[in-house]
Amino acid sequence: MSLITIQTPNVTGKKYWRSLNQLADTKEFRDWVHHEFPANATEMLDGNSRRTVLKLMAASFGLAGLAACNRPVEHILPNSAGTEADNYLPGEPFHFATVMSIGGHVTGLLVETHDGRPTKIEGNPDHPHSLGAATAIQQALVLGMYDPDRSAKVLQGGKESTWPALESAVQKLSLGDGSGLRFLSGFVSSPTLDSQRTAILKKFPKAKWVEYEALSRDNELAGANMAFGQPLYVHPKWDKAKVVVSLDHDFLNLDAPTPFFTLAFSKRRRVGSEEDLDKMNRLYAVESQFSLTGANADHRLRMKGSDVQQFATDLAAALGAMPGLNVVNNGGAADKRAKFLAAVVKDLKAAGPEALVVAGPRQPASVNALVALINEKLGSACVTYTKPVIDKSNSGIDALKTLAGEMSAGQVSTLVILSGNPVYSAPADLQFPVALSKVATSIHLGAEEDETSAAATWHIPEAHLLESWGDEASSEGAASIQQPMIEPMYGGKTPIEIVNWVTTGKFTKSHDIVKSYWLAQFTGDKEQAWRKALHDGVVAASKTVDPIKVTVDTKKLATALGAASKAASTGIEVGFYPSSATWDGRYANNGWLQEAPDPISKLVWGNAAMISPKLARDQKLTDGDIISLTRGNVKMEAAVMVQPGHADDAVSISLGYGREKCGRVGKDVGSNANLIRTTDGFYFAQGFTLAATGKREILATTQERGTGDQQHDRPLAREVAIDEYKKNPKSIEEMSEVPEIHSIYSEFTYDKGNQWGMAIDLTSCTGCNACVVACVAENNTPVVGKDQVLRGREMHWIRMDRYYSGDENDPEVIEQPIPCMQCENAPCENVCPVQATSHSPEGLNDMAYNRCVGTRYCANNCPFKVRHFNFLNFHKHEPELVGLVYNPDVSVRMRGVMEKCTYCVQRIEETKIKAKRDGRREIKDGEIKTACQQTCPAEAIVFGNINDPNSRVAKLKKQERNYAMLAELGIKPRTTYLAKLRNPNPELTA
Amino acid sequence: MAVIFPKSSDIILKVAGAVAGIGAVIAVAAFTYYTYPTVIDTGYQPVQPVPYSHKLHAGQLGLDCYYCHSTVYKAAFAAVPATSTCMNCHTQVKKDSPRLEPVRQSYATGKPVPWVQIHRLPDYVYFNHSAHLSAGVSCVSCHGRIDQMIEVHQEKPLNMAMCLECHRDPAPNVRPANLVTKLDWVPDRDPREIGAEIVAQKHLDPPTNCSGCHR
Repeated sequence: MSLITIQTPNVTGKKYWRSLNQLADTKEFRDWVHHEFPANATEMLDGNSRRTVLKLMAASFGLAGLAACNRPVEHILPNSAGTEADNYLPGEPFHFATVMSIGGHVTGLLVETHDGRPTKIEGNPDHPHSLGAATAIQQALVLGMYDPDRSAKVLQGGKESTWPALESAVQKLSLGDGSGLRFLSGFVSSPTLDSQRTAILKKFPKAKWVEYEALSRDNELAGANMAFGQPLYVHPKWDKAKVVVSLDHDFLNLDAPTPFFTLAFSKRRRVGSEEDLDKMNRLYAVESQFSLTGANADHRLRMKGSDVQQFATDLAAALGAMPGLNVVNNGGAADKRAKFLAAVVKDLKAAGPEALVVAGPRQPASVNALVALINEKLGSACVTYTKPVIDKSNSGIDALKTLAGEMSAGQVSTLVILSGNPVYSAPADLQFPVALSKVATSIHLGAEEDETSAAATWHIPEAHLLESWGDEASSEGAASIQQPMIEPMYGGKTPIEIVNWVTTGKFTKSHDIVKSYWLAQFTGDKEQAWRKALHDGVVAASKTVDPIKVTVDTKKLATALGAASKAASTGIEVGFYPSSATWDGRYANNGWLQEAPDPISKLVWGNAAMISPKLARDQKLTDGDIISLTRGNVKMEAAVMVQPGHADDAVSISLGYGREKCGRVGKDVGSNANLIRTTDGFYFAQGFTLAATGKREILATTQERGTGDQQHDRPLAREVAIDEYKKNPKSIEEMSEVPEIHSIYSEFTYDKGNQWGMAIDLTSCTGCNACVVACVAENNTPVVGKDQVLRGREMHWIRMDRYYSGDENDPEVIEQPIPCMQCENAPCENVCPVQATSHSPEGLNDMAYNRCVGTRYCANNCPFKVRHFNFLNFHKHEPELVGLVYNPDVSVRMRGVMEKCTYCVQRIEETKIKAKRDGRREIKDGEIKTACQQTCPAEAIVFGNINDPNSRVAKLKKQERNYAMLAELGIKPRTTYLAKLRNPNPELTA
Repeated sequence: MAVIFPKSSDIILKVAGAVAGIGAVIAVAAFTYYTYPTVIDTGYQPVQPVPYSHKLHAGQLGLDCYYCHSTVYKAAFAAVPATSTCMNCHTQVKKDSPRLEPVRQSYATGKPVPWVQIHRLPDYVYFNHSAHLSAGVSCVSCHGRIDQMIEVHQEKPLNMAMCLECHRDPAPNVRPANLVTKLDWVPDRDPREIGAEIVAQKHLDPPTNCSGCHR
């Protein structure tokens, strides 16, 4: 399946394709689409032969008959002495506000709990960086809490030890003036931890605290330092910008682990009315790896990551931003780059204060500084700068390098590693494991038994986010309290507790430390303020810092740029990227994330060395060929995946895979890119040698899934340029001819009451996967594993389809989320022999699991392939603990049962019952939000009553660009799409 | 060759066949009957850890159902009360009764009293007490005259047929909302008439589609 040599494609007109195999129309692809349920798909795979299974079944039938005679005794165990919370109702959900931070990006969260166990994470609507939305990673954190592989024991030298042993070791520490004391933490965004740090550095004047993140915001600060002479955070005002130029900044996905950027950017991307058409922004992207930002860009220019600096310089020069800079034009008028540059310059100038240029965290300080200069020259009103609220002077690779040097030289006697995995994530040339072995006492606080816990002298289990007290402040200073919903299940501790314990010898609970810190900040009724901060999820009293006015010191910048300039790139470049699933490896043991397909490559359960089609052809490589990447004395092996639109002579690889010491989910999944990541080539490095090893690995993708033969050349995902749409608003409708077809069955009438429907706006949808994970969390969808995905058995109720169009070197991308369409004339219903799927009077295509006998006729007859069959008892083999994450409002499905999107019927019914309790029949518009809609940062999904002409969904469906997929079949889908509007620059399309 | 079996053995064979056939029919019928919810579930009366009498508390003393099952109006579950609810009275009344020992134990130790569940629906059924109470369906419709039971048993089959019967025709089981916990309510006229008026007034339209109960 799908492992073939690329043939030169033959493309005429705008043709959509999902993968290179489809574009080349190979036999393998055709075989694959013809076999909807791939060969042997019904074989049992769990080691039992059919015969054994039949025997067991016979026996269990017999037992079932006997067991039915005696009803099993079940107990009801009420509380003994009532509960603390007066408004607690057994079985009803309860919500708590908390906050999380990844590498300095802070997002407020709202956690739903059922009888004390957290079951779902959503964004906190009151938090300025969330407004109710959450990313895929943030939502999957809840599964991480029930991870049975989490660290539960104190380890000494990698072997099980006890808390008293650790306590006596802590008591024995002699820290003196702190000359041998070092702390190594991730990005500190907690005000309490920061205040502890200040106190410690005062108490132990010679101690040092180093911050290191494998993926950090250091270049942003360093860039501002270069441009303005002081480290500053950059705050792009996405919603104010009309023209956005992204220089290797995947702000819609990987480079922004917060929904905030998409939230703000999509404000200028949503089209609710005619006027919005003129307000729509235009996005240019310059990048190497095909990112989601590139996919959503109106124009994209591919180039190696190291060439972006030259592009930024040329852009600054063309705008006349700095005297002495000249455009290095390496091509004639036909040159794509020159043409792109000229168009960008013209567009930026025209936009003036509404222009915004951004540089990614991968790009060096010089590019970030150049971008600051460009924005200043343009007079952009779309960017502000603030001083860090929390000191960042000892952060980044240089700080880590110094620390590793001190450790190797034996100058460090006590090292406290706070929640990180530096043995895995530190650059290879620092030889961190060797350096760590020279430290007399190293104490590692970590959530799992990982590479670092095995190498450190002590390992302490860390409490999960949902078990710990803490706080986080956004880069503007808006603080939130992190509150737990549950006692630490494995007795884990928090960084705040460990820091306090190690430096004072006394153990204080982090609740007390955090509370006393904040009570000191509050004025007036302090207890009341504390309770309000906990309830709201934002501390009202926390000061957000005002943006400061700064100007670029061009002379100093010119000198700095001169020093930073590098020779033009040569050889193969390797770029290191965050993983959409594991981030930097810390979420490697999370099944929901491992199984959420990468938004572009659709790769699951692993990473791959992404290369361009040209490089693949030159090197005679195909998907799954294992290559070696060598540079000096660093080397790694990884499977290759051909990525259309990737820069030539460059390889992109996600960090966070190839974990050797990890739980059962993440162990040995993918390949470890940290092996070739060095301090001199931290984000991208030149001069790699690429060689085929002759070995192969099968990569699992969900890419070609669901493509039925009948869908060829049908306009499923539709798009149109704004200008064309203005000229002919009917252009979307005209893409397919919808004959008037009448069902042979009597049709339902849906003119009464609530009639549920959904509209998905492909213009604002970025394809970020937040909805996919939201659906998994809400609807208890199982994780099936790589092997099952390869057999086409993934169970996600929303499939994020990604179509390429155009040239394989510079394809355009359209993302389309596909839930169940809830067809009015549903083809699945009339083929079900047992009426397990039937229609509700509100237009839902109901699915009764307890009735389903598993004929799979419905899935065969579904034109959208949104029905998923439980080929195995996926939930049965899950550790018991994982079962606690299930949403009790949704049945957990067993083997042999079909399932699909229900429009979150549990939420609909719950709201209807609530309305009845309140004595009303009407449901307000927006009162019911499906899980996917609730979390969508782009507000692309709108659900509601289409029978109410004033509802948002009804209004959206009135737009001319609204279309139903495969409407020509006469199935009348309730879910419709709003065609993607692109905003191309006429100068580049001509 | 001599005939081993006499001619009459044919009859034996026929009789044996008939007996086996009838036996099979009876077995299937018996299995179906005895595993039918009306038979297997109705009358279920397990022994409770404390011989709590609903007849005494709800019947003779006249405690409202809501005093103990306090979540019924607000939540899906009708919660069994916390031990502290029992102790509201039993710190004063019968405070030394040996039968109340498990309750006092629970109150002292914090461990719950292990009451045995009687009314149980399958996991794939999502019944909501608050929805039914706000519609005006009395406890008695599903649970029977609890106020007359010394030890509670399951009165009704609680099977899908029973649910659907009422969902298709709710009028006989609907009464004014303030009377839902009044188990001994005697209507002054035909209850169906009263119910039909309330159904019309509240626009009650109970679901009969799958997702109304199965999610």
